[in-house]
Amino acid sequence: MTASAVPPYAPPIDGGASASSRRPRRRFSVLTQRDKLTIGLMVGIPAFVHIFLIWLPALGSVILSFTSWNGIGGLDKIRWIGLKNYENLATVYQPFWPAVQHNLLWLAVFLFIATPLGMLMAVLLDQNIRGTRIYQSVLYTPVVLSLAVVGFIWELMYSPGQGFINNFLATVTNDPRWITPGTAIDWTGTKGLNLFAVLVAASWRHVGYIMVLYLAGLKSVDNTLREAAAIDGANSRQTFFRVVFPVLAPINVVVLVVTIIESLRAFDIVYVTNKGLNGLELLSVLIVTNLLGEASLVGFGSAIAVVLLLISIGPILFYLYRTMRTQPT
Amino acid sequence: MAEHDSLRSVTRRQVLKGGAALAALGGVSAFLAACGGGATPTPAASSGGGGGASAAPSTGGGASNPPAAGGSITFGSNYSDDVPKKAMQAVVDGFKAKTGIDTTVNTVEHGKFQDTINAYLQATPDDTFTWFAGYRMRFFAAQGLATDISDVWAKVGGNYSDAFKTASTGDDGKQYFIPFYNYPWVVIYRKSVFTEKNYTVPKTIDEFKTLGDQMKKDGLIPLAFGDKDGWPAMGTFDILNMRMNGYDFHVSLMAGKDKWTDPKTKAVFQKWAELLPYFDPQPLGKTWQEAAQDMIGKKAGMYFLGTFAGEQATDPAVHDDLDFFPFPTLGTQYDAEAAIDAPIDGFMVSAKAKNVDGAKAFMEYLATGEAQGIFLASSPNNVAAAKDADTSKYSPFQKKMAEIIGGAQKIAQFLDRDTRPDFAGANGMQGFLQDFLGNPTQDLDAFLGKIQSFYDTLPPAS
Repeated sequence: MTASAVPPYAPPIDGGASASSRRPRRRFSVLTQRDKLTIGLMVGIPAFVHIFLIWLPALGSVILSFTSWNGIGGLDKIRWIGLKNYENLATVYQPFWPAVQHNLLWLAVFLFIATPLGMLMAVLLDQNIRGTRIYQSVLYTPVVLSLAVVGFIWELMYSPGQGFINNFLATVTNDPRWITPGTAIDWTGTKGLNLFAVLVAASWRHVGYIMVLYLAGLKSVDNTLREAAAIDGANSRQTFFRVVFPVLAPINVVVLVVTIIESLRAFDIVYVTNKGLNGLELLSVLIVTNLLGEASLVGFGSAIAVVLLLISIGPILFYLYRTMRTQPT
Repeated sequence: MAEHDSLRSVTRRQVLKGGAALAALGGVSAFLAACGGGATPTPAASSGGGGGASAAPSTGGGASNPPAAGGSITFGSNYSDDVPKKAMQAVVDGFKAKTGIDTTVNTVEHGKFQDTINAYLQATPDDTFTWFAGYRMRFFAAQGLATDISDVWAKVGGNYSDAFKTASTGDDGKQYFIPFYNYPWVVIYRKSVFTEKNYTVPKTIDEFKTLGDQMKKDGLIPLAFGDKDGWPAMGTFDILNMRMNGYDFHVSLMAGKDKWTDPKTKAVFQKWAELLPYFDPQPLGKTWQEAAQDMIGKKAGMYFLGTFAGEQATDPAVHDDLDFFPFPTLGTQYDAEAAIDAPIDGFMVSAKAKNVDGAKAFMEYLATGEAQGIFLASSPNNVAAAKDADTSKYSPFQKKMAEIIGGAQKIAQFLDRDTRPDFAGANGMQGFLQDFLGNPTQDLDAFLGKIQSFYDTLPPAS
């Protein structure tokens, strides 16, 4: 690894004359020539990787979204069909609008329920209550698991005949109808219900994630601020909303961005549940179902990907705007 | 690295260098991850018969059989479950014993195998691979991703019925596929339940309904059903369609020649809606395995699925208690043809095969009853495709399967094997059928119109 960085270092000073003529100017630079090279490499390599692995494929997707291609054979097999993919997407393709709605609902649930819940947990655990470490670990455990595993765990909870929830209800109420096919609640198979069932599972993980992020922020708040607020007669609610919350502005932005990203990239849990069919359609799943398999609709899948990209650009710009703006101050 | 800097700046530079290296490493791993989804590694590429086709000398030497093919081949297998995986290894060992050709088996989890088959066949595929008959085979043949094995068929053709040959033939009239075994879609039940409750096997749909009503009174769900995976409902559509409109309509509907908006198709969904009260009312949250457990656990009286549902009966005593019958007749002119879905699994040779002769020798071996017998010894839910297979070792379950397949004049593959994959998949029919099951009383004309307009948006199949 270091070997790749060695060649540019090779000649420290190539020609004496040119070096001496530059010397007066270099005195004002904190960085030596080699530092500049190192920094250039440090910025250049990630930039190169970033452009080649992220922006070029993204651009490729945009271009492909105007074509029809089954992914087999050379590029000469690609046919240009203009905006036809987008037209089909909006009119003929049944899962598209439900997917957009589900993505928005996902965002809303995370934003207004899961994230505030995580923050609440963080604030509570910050009170130095007894056993706070245990609570933290319990809440944080789901975050260590991948969403696919979370989906599998909840599968065991939700299964209508064999799942924990229905069997628990049947045992408690002593009513076998809870586990009888036909009368049992089909948590993940009923359209309209399954999305919320999955959201509960996803939130279960998200709450822990936000809690840890926010707890780290809360620990960094200077305690003198709280003391000052207390001396000024603020109660704990006022202290939090008027003093602590504004001080945590940078963390709040991170939490917001994380929440939005987690909502937009929701995929695995839905995919393991039922491959994103029957009421669990999400944009990310539609992209995959169009691209995977034997006869993939590469152009069409790319069109959905472009829609998701356009949606994602909103929060990205917001985040960049925030960080760029706050940096100089 | 021999420069003498102050300690502080060295430390700083080392940190910088480390950062650069880390950044580069991160990039590399991202790149690897990006590649990982596509091509399946073929560890045997280096031992691929020395790259030589017919010129490669046979390593075995002592082998008795004529095919003088190269030393080793590679084989991409989707038999990833334990039992079939071992059975497939036994087949490969049998091939080695017979011809001296070494086979390297690259097993890929079957769902993943199907999802990545496209990229796999275009990148560095194995010489031979497992696949399915019907449209799914013809598709890859037409895309130029499979090797023509008509010469193998010239030798082994006598060992197969015409139906198998048709199912192995591409659009250009050449053969690209070796059938290994198949299994019928039938109504499976537990004999003990039928004996205990004095049920008789229904032959017609009216008898079926009467039986269903009786089962409901006895507290059973007449027909277990699970369609969470999206495809099991296709079997029900297929059988109703073939019973009502005949095999030829099935073929032309799947090929896109007949339209989904056809009144004949509408009649199928109407009939289905009429029969739905006999099905498990909540199929959409159930996998086929869970539905099979309902039947095995005697919560449901019958189950319409491929005979592979028998895999769920892990207790041999329970498996012996399973029996089945063909789907009841609907009183149409097509009753006589008794068409069923009996999907065929088998093998193909990839277009990029390095050792074509070896691969063809493998195909020839797989077309024998001997090879199929080795595999079926541990797979009692299928029957061999070759005529010379030893059927004397068949269980009663297998004998009956062979009987039903033999009694069918027309054999279809399955909806998702007979039509284009982009239409059959999660994007298309899987979702549409679930939509129907979730709301069977919806406006069928609008529903079928949606299916047809989705079909019409698909690019022309090349």
